[in-house]
Amino acid sequence: MGVGILVEDLNAWYGSTHTLQDINLHIPANHATALIGPSGCGKSTFVRCLNRMHETNPIARATGTVKMGEIDIYNDASPVEIRRRVGMVFQRPNPFPTMSIYDNVVSGLKLNGFRNRRILDETVERSLKQAALWEEVKDDLKKKSGASLSGGQQQRMCIARALAVDPEVLLMDEPASALDPVSTSKIEDLIFQLKSQYTIVIVTHNMQQAARVAENTGFFLNGKMVEFDSTHKIFTNPRDKRTEDYITGRFG
Amino acid sequence: MSTQPLGIPPTRPMDFQTKTMRLNNLRRNIANYVVSSLAVIATILVIIPLVAILFYLIYKGASSLNLAFFTHLPAPVGESGGGMANAIVGSGIILTLASLIGVPIGIAAGVYLAEFGRGRMLANAIRFTADVLNGVPSIVMGIAVFALLVQGRHFSAFSGGVVLGIMMIPTITRTTEEMLATVPHAIREAALGLGVPKWRTVMSVSLRTASPGIITGCMLAFARVAGETAPLLFTAFGNQFWSFRLNEPIAALPLQIFVYATGPYDEWHRLAWAGALVLIVLIMVSVTLVRIFANRGVLKGGS
Repeated sequence: MGVGILVEDLNAWYGSTHTLQDINLHIPANHATALIGPSGCGKSTFVRCLNRMHETNPIARATGTVKMGEIDIYNDASPVEIRRRVGMVFQRPNPFPTMSIYDNVVSGLKLNGFRNRRILDETVERSLKQAALWEEVKDDLKKKSGASLSGGQQQRMCIARALAVDPEVLLMDEPASALDPVSTSKIEDLIFQLKSQYTIVIVTHNMQQAARVAENTGFFLNGKMVEFDSTHKIFTNPRDKRTEDYITGRFG
Repeated sequence: MSTQPLGIPPTRPMDFQTKTMRLNNLRRNIANYVVSSLAVIATILVIIPLVAILFYLIYKGASSLNLAFFTHLPAPVGESGGGMANAIVGSGIILTLASLIGVPIGIAAGVYLAEFGRGRMLANAIRFTADVLNGVPSIVMGIAVFALLVQGRHFSAFSGGVVLGIMMIPTITRTTEEMLATVPHAIREAALGLGVPKWRTVMSVSLRTASPGIITGCMLAFARVAGETAPLLFTAFGNQFWSFRLNEPIAALPLQIFVYATGPYDEWHRLAWAGALVLIVLIMVSVTLVRIFANRGVLKGGS
């Protein structure tokens, strides 16, 4: 089951660039939340702060509080534990090229030393079904490399891989921006189904996509969160002039 | 003034090229042809010495190869016949030892440089040292290890393995670093994002993705030291008899070739050619075997 996220006074830097400034936000459990905004506005940095991927860059740092349920992710747990509970799907599909489809999907379990075959088999089937990829690949799970799939299939495999470790939160950083329209709509259907079980945060450049999949939407601009509200409100009656300018296509 | 009525598309567009366009085209085609030819010629020039050496070795050495060469000890001076069995085995022992020392240290240092030491002083120092070590003449390496491990004790297979192992390290370290640098950052992020600890990501994802290149580096280092003679003169020393002990002098193919090739007898010269042929074939076979074996492991995609 998903868990809500409470962000308080989050600030982040890359070197001396202040990428995120005083972000305060409550992301509700078991809903999809979209983050929109022009390139370089800090959306990606924000989601990377939610699973502590931000700090893997040596020049990056962050301050503030991020609470996942009862856990303060920056103080109560190690980054490794947090990342097991917060799955991430990246902009470009990033399968492990040396691994089969099967091994890709359960890589999170196997690389953490989990070896029970029966459970691995079950996990592969469950995750691939959740990611709507099972029917397409079930016959060559161990025969084909994960990198041999098409781009859209690879991305769904990456989603299956993230789901296989049974996370509570799923972060998606522009998951469909490198895909064709058919694959994109498959990914969107998927998000729609998954959000009943996981808390989903999706970064997107595509405002229609935000409108289609998310209950809530946040608008980022120049490292600040300008507005956060229900998707319907943001797209029909935004409070802030800048939000309105952006969604009506006047800039960005 | 227009010569072509509007609305009628040219049926043969090539005819409508201007003179400049045609000249440009010609120039591009010529340049393409010249550069391609140069590349082919360069490739042939690279292959010629290799093929020439191999054929000359077969021409000179193949006639002296027989079963005895692989099963017998060198014959005492004055007797004919004999083989290099002990030198083949000795080379095998020394090179195994060298690989056991050079490969793990070389790869570990390369991993440090690529994954943990980015931009650190220590990493720059290691990189510099590795490059310098790569340029140190092998005879200097031999003397250094002689002073460290042999002087005051005695010549040994162990010291031979150590000196060749040290000579393997810089090549392996630098190729490991470079191969790891070609592993896309996205793949590391994928593993880290799944909650895989950094050390495990390096071991099971980065290293494995880079493994074909790293194995090539190890093979290059191996092939390079397999034929080294100078450092072994002070360390393994050579031996006319069987020896399997690491603390005793041991025979090695390059040493035996050196002794035979510089000796006064025609028979010795023929044996030296045969030894050189065997050495080069053994290197080629071991490199090929490792590559086949390693590729199979990667393609299977197990973890």
